Amino acid sequence: MKNKRFGAAFMILGGLLMISLILNICIGSVNVPLKDIPGIFLKTGANETYRDIVLNIRFPRALAAAILGGGLALSGYLLQTFFHNPIAGPFTLGISSGAKLVVALVMVASLGNALKLSSWVMIIAAFAGAMVCMGFVILMSGVIDQMAMLIVSGVMIGYICSAVTDFIVTFADDADIVNLHNWSKGSFSGMTWENVKVMAVVTGIAAIGVFMMSKPVSAYEMGESYARNMGLNVRVFRILLVLLSSILAACVTAFAGPVSFVGIAVPHLVKKLLGTSRPILLIPACFLGGSVFCLVCDLLARTLFAPTELSISTVTAVFGAPAVIYIMIHRRKEKAV
Amino acid sequence: MDRDYFYTESMTVGYQGVPLIKDIAIGLKKGEILTLIGPNGAGKTTILKSLIRQLKPIKGVAVLDGVKTETMNGRTFARKLSVVLTERIHPEMMSCRDVVATGRYPYTGKFGILSKEDEAIVDASIRLVHIEALSERDFTKISDGQRQRVMLARALCQQPDVLVLDEPTSFLDVRYKLEFLSVLQEMARKEKLTVMMSLHELDLAERISDKIVCVRGDHVDRFGTPEEIFTGSYISELYGMTVGSYDAGTGEVELQPVHGEPRVFVIAGNGTGKAVFRRLQRKGIPFAAGILWENDLDYPSAKALAEAVVSVAPFGKVSEAHLMQAKKWIDACDHVIAALDLSTAGETAMCFETLCDYAKAQGKI
Repeated sequence: MKNKRFGAAFMILGGLLMISLILNICIGSVNVPLKDIPGIFLKTGANETYRDIVLNIRFPRALAAAILGGGLALSGYLLQTFFHNPIAGPFTLGISSGAKLVVALVMVASLGNALKLSSWVMIIAAFAGAMVCMGFVILMSGVIDQMAMLIVSGVMIGYICSAVTDFIVTFADDADIVNLHNWSKGSFSGMTWENVKVMAVVTGIAAIGVFMMSKPVSAYEMGESYARNMGLNVRVFRILLVLLSSILAACVTAFAGPVSFVGIAVPHLVKKLLGTSRPILLIPACFLGGSVFCLVCDLLARTLFAPTELSISTVTAVFGAPAVIYIMIHRRKEKAV
Repeated sequence: MDRDYFYTESMTVGYQGVPLIKDIAIGLKKGEILTLIGPNGAGKTTILKSLIRQLKPIKGVAVLDGVKTETMNGRTFARKLSVVLTERIHPEMMSCRDVVATGRYPYTGKFGILSKEDEAIVDASIRLVHIEALSERDFTKISDGQRQRVMLARALCQQPDVLVLDEPTSFLDVRYKLEFLSVLQEMARKEKLTVMMSLHELDLAERISDKIVCVRGDHVDRFGTPEEIFTGSYISELYGMTVGSYDAGTGEVELQPVHGEPRVFVIAGNGTGKAVFRRLQRKGIPFAAGILWENDLDYPSAKALAEAVVSVAPFGKVSEAHLMQAKKWIDACDHVIAALDLSTAGETAMCFETLCDYAKAQGKI
């Protein structure tokens, strides 16, 4: 009976992913008719303009939203596991903002040198920023054992990093900075195929790594002492957890800037959908869920007030925040029983 | 002499390099049950944590089946030893059966998928601990006592040779305390499971343990069989009891006696006096009791609570001197309570009738 539910849940997620991918490709300032899509991909004489729009703009953008959304959800899931805290996530713990700050610094520094930054440089910069913030949060978690306070300190770190980033963006008053400004608010726009390739490789490897860790994650959820007694090397496991979640969060920030709430909301929504917390099911489901969530949000960001584009975080917050609030209230109730 | 199945060699344990308990040398054979007792904060948990490798010993080693535990890899050790700890766990959306199944962790493959055999072992563990009724319930929605039993099933599911439990009976009611310990005893007897645990219930510790470790201050004060440990006033000393008393013979505890000139004399015996003594203690009335043989059921509590007891040596004869003494107390008291039903008393209890008559004559009954 349970297996049926899992199967159905994955079918739903897979179906939603396909539908939202297609919608993202078709809908925009110029609507591409659905019947033209096969032609575009099979290169059999479709409208040249449509082809250009789909293959060079919308498809890479949609893929980026799917890949980064999945990565973000996974990163959130890992952080929630690590801190045993339901509202931990790359955004709430300030990790995204830390990554953003370092990327902004590198961008500004290199714009002066008129250097074109490769995707890899961006990722490495973001990873460095993520690790610094992560290290700080872990240190804090050693000092404060109250989970609420940990989140508060994470949010504060996030604000400090954002403030410094804004400062840099404001004063680096250059024509090229427009891009930087867009990016620092969070957006999937302007994705090139090179970007997509790099993020696919990085996120793909990290996601597989996370999936391979699903057994130890299940042990870790039983608490550290029991996990250790089950034969888990907790130290190594925790280091891997931190590294993987930072890589995923960094990859997202490097390409799309900070994207809020996906990391917190998606794992919970997916748990509700599947009705289990078994990591081996939850990890792939989280990835799919994050993809769908970001695709839908990006579609809304693009189309809702076209031609003005909303920042992605605006949309994810509108959907993600209520979900998080609902979850928190629901948990309270369960605990009160 | 047989080598012990599990033993420690001059092990010193503590946190952050600060020794807490020094030179621990304990050991037990396969299929034995060892219990740690001692006052709160004595370091029972610290010792157990060091035995199960959650805490690195500062000095010395623990040896399991001839192998130093510190040299075993995580998986091997997990197959040999499992635990039930006081740490609370908060698994999300897991049924009790799911929690029990996590015990199979050291046996499953890379992705932790349970084989048919694993499932069968999970079911067997659930039956063993009698938690079939809980198996589909959400683990976070059952009571602490029920959780404890689920955690025992989980630990047994790990198919260990050694089971280590930290205060496993704390949340259980009396029925489940006995059931829980019976499972351990059965496993020790039938499967040669070796059990090490800490207990606060001295009566249970005395009954179930083959060996007892008394932890006190910075060392293991005594290590031996229950007969060697539960003697005289040792337990009171071990726990530093200054209020009330503990009787090693019966395992019964009494609250602090009320001191002062006795106002009531209790004629008791054969277990009829205890309730009266305790009621007087609750009311705060000092009393005397007699005549009691020292092997009478009432004697330990009388000795603990009464200001004075007129007592006779075990199986001894009640002499005129004893009667005189008892009568003197009756003279001194305002009331006399005859707890004993004289119609059921045997021939040697003739003295009680004398005392009752004496009290009646004074109008004190």
